Amino acid sequence: MKRILEWQIATVKSIRQETPKTKTFTLSLPNWVLHKPGQHYDVRLTAPDGYQAQRSYSIASEPERTGEIDLTVERIEDGEVSSYMHEVLVVGDQIEVRGPIGGYFVWEASMGRPILLVAGGSGVVPLMSIIRHRAAVGSTVPMQLLYSSRTPEDVIYSNELMRLQNSQYGLGIFFTFTRQSPAGWTSYARRIDVPMLREVTGPLGNKAQAYVCGPTLMVEAVANGLLQIGLGSNLIRTERFGPTGSIG
Amino acid sequence: MAIDRTDLNLSLMLDGNAVAGVLNEIFALEMTASPVECASCGREGEMGTLLAFMQAPGVVLRCPVCENTILRIVQTPEAFYLDLRGAVYLRLKRISAA
Amino acid sequence: MASNFISRGFTGKRRQPEVANRVPPGQYVTPDFPVLSAGPTPRTPLDQWTFTIDGLVREPVKWSWAEFLQLPAQSFVVDIHCVTKWSKLDTHWEGVSIDMLFEYIDLEPNAMYVTAFCDGGYTTNMPLVDIINGQSFIAYRYDGKPLPAEHGGPARLVVPHLYFWKSAKWIRGLRLTEKDKPGFWESLGYNNHGDPWKEERYW
Repeated sequence: MKRILEWQIATVKSIRQETPKTKTFTLSLPNWVLHKPGQHYDVRLTAPDGYQAQRSYSIASEPERTGEIDLTVERIEDGEVSSYMHEVLVVGDQIEVRGPIGGYFVWEASMGRPILLVAGGSGVVPLMSIIRHRAAVGSTVPMQLLYSSRTPEDVIYSNELMRLQNSQYGLGIFFTFTRQSPAGWTSYARRIDVPMLREVTGPLGNKAQAYVCGPTLMVEAVANGLLQIGLGSNLIRTERFGPTGSIG
Repeated sequence: MAIDRTDLNLSLMLDGNAVAGVLNEIFALEMTASPVECASCGREGEMGTLLAFMQAPGVVLRCPVCENTILRIVQTPEAFYLDLRGAVYLRLKRISAA
Repeated sequence: MASNFISRGFTGKRRQPEVANRVPPGQYVTPDFPVLSAGPTPRTPLDQWTFTIDGLVREPVKWSWAEFLQLPAQSFVVDIHCVTKWSKLDTHWEGVSIDMLFEYIDLEPNAMYVTAFCDGGYTTNMPLVDIINGQSFIAYRYDGKPLPAEHGGPARLVVPHLYFWKSAKWIRGLRLTEKDKPGFWESLGYNNHGDPWKEERYW
């Protein structure tokens, strides 16, 4: 049955500081419906005089957590919606949302192919929904995440990612840092390039499906790199984030 | 498309995923997975793969290969305006009644 | 798009204007200069750039970039108003007035409208009377520096008394016509004229 997408008023259940610049907002939804990993919600703010601002944020949580969603939001300097959410919104507040939205950049465990996830900055958020869903359903489909961050303090979900890598069969997590690496770091420390993609994708074989998410420039470069190592363009799914750290 | 890291306009460019909410409002359907063929070069791909220019009086979706305009959307307080002349076709998947 | 729900503590990043009579209805003043674009930034090399005035003129005229820079230029300080509701006051430009460019052509008697055409295919239209008599110019410097590509450089049209979508970026010429030809946004819901003081935003 067709579902009409409508705005609903969510309540902030909890707020968690993930990194100095990012927070996760857990929202209880009166009209929660099952989402697919990779989808997003639109958030809309309305001022007393009717002025509105709207942004789209990817769902970070797995669909198995019913009745609520996690949105991880990066605080952008001069960002109208992100600064409201970071500085004004408190537990118990209400916020208008609409979703879940998206049908192209989604993953379901039934898809079957080995999966390559490539994240730039806050682009890791929808990919985290994918990883969490895979763990929740006990999927053993081979999955690798290549996650690029500027500095170690920018890495979102770092403890959880390491814990999942150790506890989930067939999940590989790779970090690279473009400005500053952790002390004693011996792994990747540069922008994602073709040799790095080749190394991370190799174990997945040539039937892998890729999801790439991050700033537009990074997504373009990585998509081109994946084509160069032989992935078919129909197996590369991309989602670009604007400088606002959101999809729109 | 050539990548110029200093191009602010390029860094503001998104893709069809960003228009998913508006398209859902207009068509009452999830559109990002809908195939569309470019009238200019014939490239076929999902709506989610189109280049989206959102920072404008309207939304412009362009072909990632030839950069021609495929779809334009304008939202006014009273109406949506849609120009689909840049698409040979748009395929909308039917949802059978439950 | 209306909502009865009000977000607690949200006012948006608008500022109240100090001089209310400079701000058209429905607009707010911004200190930023937002980049709005319908497509990728065109990159015509300057040695291939030309500016043309054609259509209903006795003889078309064309300038190369070097020739264009030789034309008498002026400074302009104007307020600009975008249909997406931001206004920016006291913007500083340098360039050549349209009146100066029209010194080089003879208009046919039936020339009534103008279409601006640009790299990337953008067009916008207006009556001839809206573009002459000190009302518009071709700008190639903004805020004391060469006009950046993302704001329309090397050169753009500036028509401050109409909504800023009429101030066509990456302009390559003006075409004089007898009939009004709706341009890129005018053909899809946006007002054909675009006077911000009458809030002529849409059809």
